[in-house]
Amino acid sequence: MPSRRRALTVLALLFALVVASFVVALAAGSIPVTTHDLFTALFGEMLSEKSAGMDETSLAIEVIRGLRLPRALGAFACGGLLALAGALMQVLLRNPLADPYVLGISGGAAVGALLAMLAGLALWFIDLAAFIGAFAAMLIVFGLAHGDSSWTRTRLLLTGVIVAAGCGAAVALMLSIAPEAQLRGMLFWLMGDAGQISEPRPALVVLAAGLALALPFARELNLLARGDVLAQTLGVSVNHVKRGVYFLAALATATAVTTAGSIGFIGLIVPHLTRLGLMKLGWGNDQRLLLPAAALVGGSLLLLADTLARTVVAPQQLPVGVLTALIGVPAFLFLLGREKHA
Amino acid sequence: MHDIVRMAPLIFTRDLSVRIGSHDVCRALNWQVNPGERWAILGKNGVGKSTLLKTLAGLRLAETGELIICGARTAGSTLEVPIFSRESQRTLAKRRGYLTQHHNDPFPSTVMETALIGRHPHLGRWDWESTADHEITRTALAEADLVGFAEREVQTLSGGERQRLAVAQLLTQQPQLFLLDEPLTHLDLSHQVAIMELFKRKTQGEFSMTSALVAVLHDPGFAVRYCEHALLLFGHGEWLAGPARTIITAENLTRLYGHPLREIGSDNDRWFIPC
Repeated sequence: MPSRRRALTVLALLFALVVASFVVALAAGSIPVTTHDLFTALFGEMLSEKSAGMDETSLAIEVIRGLRLPRALGAFACGGLLALAGALMQVLLRNPLADPYVLGISGGAAVGALLAMLAGLALWFIDLAAFIGAFAAMLIVFGLAHGDSSWTRTRLLLTGVIVAAGCGAAVALMLSIAPEAQLRGMLFWLMGDAGQISEPRPALVVLAAGLALALPFARELNLLARGDVLAQTLGVSVNHVKRGVYFLAALATATAVTTAGSIGFIGLIVPHLTRLGLMKLGWGNDQRLLLPAAALVGGSLLLLADTLARTVVAPQQLPVGVLTALIGVPAFLFLLGREKHA
Repeated sequence: MHDIVRMAPLIFTRDLSVRIGSHDVCRALNWQVNPGERWAILGKNGVGKSTLLKTLAGLRLAETGELIICGARTAGSTLEVPIFSRESQRTLAKRRGYLTQHHNDPFPSTVMETALIGRHPHLGRWDWESTADHEITRTALAEADLVGFAEREVQTLSGGERQRLAVAQLLTQQPQLFLLDEPLTHLDLSHQVAIMELFKRKTQGEFSMTSALVAVLHDPGFAVRYCEHALLLFGHGEWLAGPARTIITAENLTRLYGHPLREIGSDNDRWFIPC
């Protein structure tokens, strides 16, 4: 029977999974790392100038602190954000097929980022352009779908899909005229790549803030998922909550896409994966548990996928978006298949 | 249950006009529903019975006139949806229950979880459903003849079972005013009787000082048997409200449905047969 205590137990277990994922992510790589190095890097004091010789320990610590930890934190935050946005979009559109990209937000970000790349701008400017693109797409979809009458889900979905298609065409155009030298970078950006994460903090802050904003309304979201009229009857201010969910999901998506490009499948599959897992525990679709659980699972999954992406054919790196799909799709189909037999 | 409205009318309308587009559902409706009363709304398809019920539930704006539901009145509107003060909105969510015609469940969920949803207005923002809430829900499931269904997946229910689940959800809300839109949809004959008997129990005896029912029905026989009052909607804004005994007659029904009807039986056991 769902209760707060059981929910916290599940979340504690998932948090252990997150910790384990971080250990794996920080330890794996071409430069070997001992447990001692890991502890020193995470909890030890900063290396003083004198002791910072070029011995193996200090090199390992340097690698963990300077390279692996920011990347791991960024990947975790992006995975969490995408899963959160996906779960919110599925509630908003009352459609299990919805994902964070369905309303054209990633398309807008891609157009912005690729324009900046074509112009040969600096990395931070590409991030900024992606964020502006994402928000522009979000406002266009919201404005068009909202109009002056009440918005319907079908209209919102259609507007989003059309804007996404338009962005897709613009992206294809830019790819076809881009010089060879930039093409690889552009493709990696489009497929999603945690290697470009330079600063994980904004994504982590948005993830924490997003969960903090969504959780007080989680029971209202449960009602919304069951229909507007029911929710309205039971006292939910449907229009306000829907607007809030839309902007929160859009902000989460825009942040994730700006940080690591449009990584696919996490936003679609993780909420379902989490839902299927919770069903085994006798839980259905309770957003109070689903939202934080999906964020933790999404974060861990992307973190592990990114670790694989940079180690499996090292020193070559794979785009993590490809790996999330390669891991996520069979895992999901397996669970779905078992569900049917049960 | 200290916040229950006693004896005041649960619905009060003055010169209420409800329209769908250019179609008049009712014009200048002066009507009230008192505790202990059961009302049937009868009318042809498309005449606006559901629209009227939705308006009476405070989920849709009326064209003109005054409407007070369980003591709450509209304070404005956005996008055709009436706005109530925060206090009134909470009052409405606890006191006014509304059974819709359509139920759909895009996401997997258990019967228990779905029925528990009705407890929402009684819980604080951070509350989880307590043992007492589960107890109320289990009782409601039993009353809707869904014993043993608690762990069932909603998407596997039959149409009639899903309808009874919606009834159970309404019962867990524990409203004073039951607004039912075609409550007998998908139900077999025995469950049609059982559900109407259930709502009769919920509005008589100890509940007759607090609770009332307004149901959109299609069978005038059921209306006569379970409701002491009736509101007939003739289309073009015409309406007729009063005791079922005097209002539900073969003559009025013939005019209402545009099809000749014959009455058999007597008193509260009158049935109407299409000629």
